[in-house]
Amino acid sequence: MTREHGIALLILAALVLAIPSIVTDSYVMTLMIFSGINAIAAIGLCILMGSAGQVSLGQAGFYGIGAYASSVLSQSFGLPVPACMAGAAIVSALAAVILAVPSLRLKGHYLAVATLGFGEIVYIVLNEFGPGGPSGFGDIPPLSFAGVAITEPAHVAWTVWGFLLLVLVFSLNLLNARPGRALRALHGSETACSAMGLDIVRLKIKVFVLSAVYASIAGSLYAHYVTFISPSSFSFFHSVLLLMMVVLGGITTVWGGVIGAVIITLLPETLKSFEELDVLAYGLILTLSLLFLRRGIVPIVIDKFRTSERGHA
Amino acid sequence: MLDIRNITKVFGGLRALDDVSFSVPAQSVSALIGPNGAGKTTMMNIISGMFPPDEGSVSFNQDVISGLAPAAIARRGLSRTFQHLELFGEMTVLENVLVGRYIKSRSGFVASGLRLPSVRAEEKENRERSLDILASIGLAEKREERAANLPLGEQRILEIGRALATEPTLLLLDEPAAGLNIRETRDLGEMIVRLNADRGITILLVEHDMDLVMRISTAITVLNFGQKIASGKPSDIQRNPDVIAAYLGDEEPPC
Repeated sequence: MTREHGIALLILAALVLAIPSIVTDSYVMTLMIFSGINAIAAIGLCILMGSAGQVSLGQAGFYGIGAYASSVLSQSFGLPVPACMAGAAIVSALAAVILAVPSLRLKGHYLAVATLGFGEIVYIVLNEFGPGGPSGFGDIPPLSFAGVAITEPAHVAWTVWGFLLLVLVFSLNLLNARPGRALRALHGSETACSAMGLDIVRLKIKVFVLSAVYASIAGSLYAHYVTFISPSSFSFFHSVLLLMMVVLGGITTVWGGVIGAVIITLLPETLKSFEELDVLAYGLILTLSLLFLRRGIVPIVIDKFRTSERGHA
Repeated sequence: MLDIRNITKVFGGLRALDDVSFSVPAQSVSALIGPNGAGKTTMMNIISGMFPPDEGSVSFNQDVISGLAPAAIARRGLSRTFQHLELFGEMTVLENVLVGRYIKSRSGFVASGLRLPSVRAEEKENRERSLDILASIGLAEKREERAANLPLGEQRILEIGRALATEPTLLLLDEPAAGLNIRETRDLGEMIVRLNADRGITILLVEHDMDLVMRISTAITVLNFGQKIASGKPSDIQRNPDVIAAYLGDEEPPC
């Protein structure tokens, strides 16, 4: 991890500590919690797209598995929530392996198509066979740690963003070590990677599993926070939303996922004042940013900052 | 060390390589030369496993490697550079070399994410070795530059550095002097000789610069229209009438 990342992490940690202590408004807390949950899933997609160059259109599927598996494990078997989240992550990882092994052996965007189908299958299965069917189920045990329930909005915000910080540290460590360098190299030249002896298919499968695990953790956090879930939260629309977060924020750095997630989560709320026109404004903003901010917000800002820094030196 | 036996490769109706055999002795600096379109790069791609031959076989240290994936061949100690550069442009010079260290290290996803002590130790060692390589090829001061920002000559050198990081016993250089000026070409020649002498790496190079080839290579194979027309020491090749005819169509020597 470089010094810049370390500083950025410290600033983020300070903000995470400060905001819930200063702002007591429960609506702001809710937005902060949802941004954090989305960011965890977005970071995984960011690494998948920015390194392996693969697109997933089914992250909501893993998000859904994370939510349902963790809920069922805690509600029906009474297991502690952290253990249920880990269990759900394992289920998601297995699903990701089963999905990735055949589709990543083929060259091209077969994974995108496979994930699209996967997301739909999870959605249909949750509707047909999930507890409560299309209307979902409630009374999911809240987040807890060592038997102490975490229900206070500020505490939930700290927990979610604490997870986010851990995910960020893990991801940055990974990206700046052997496997992460290999992943970034994959984005540069697959031909050179194979000449360097890298097993490209294996790397792609692993990074896909990683993205699935992150989405699963996000889904579990969501379920134990809202304590009531239904399949509609895990539809194709949510996969597209995650994709938008990553594209808007920028795929070349994990910070793109965080910033993109915060913006996409807050945008519909700030546009509410437009009343019926909010969907229109939402679409317009996204279209314009895809046209004019193609590389994503974070990489553009970093470049601007570096050039001005050089100008002063 | 490397044995090429009866290799034939056909693209559509074109016989890019037609029953070509030659071998690269251990510790040699061998060269593969020939006019444009002679099939040199095709041969490089077949040796490194980028595509399979239609007929014939490639053996490396007595094992048949034709048919293996490029990555599997690289792991056996055969590394290469590319005529059309294939650097990781967005990564730094040092990171490019560190990717070359991949097959010589083992840290996985989970250990790296958690930055376990074993990972730290391995990273430190990889970093030291990579910096050594950069120092030996004269790029140490540019280690934090983005690879895409280097001038062409240094990009070619960096490709060699990255290949060295895999600790190869045989290094394939595909037109390493293309686009270099006279001074850069001379430095490159000295570097290749040094790699061969100091590190004991066997070299097979494809090159158009006859001056460089004649100066540094110990054995030369000449291709023309996919067929081998000569092989031998530089002095023999320079006098070979078939080679002269292939290059110039008259009796002037090729350099």
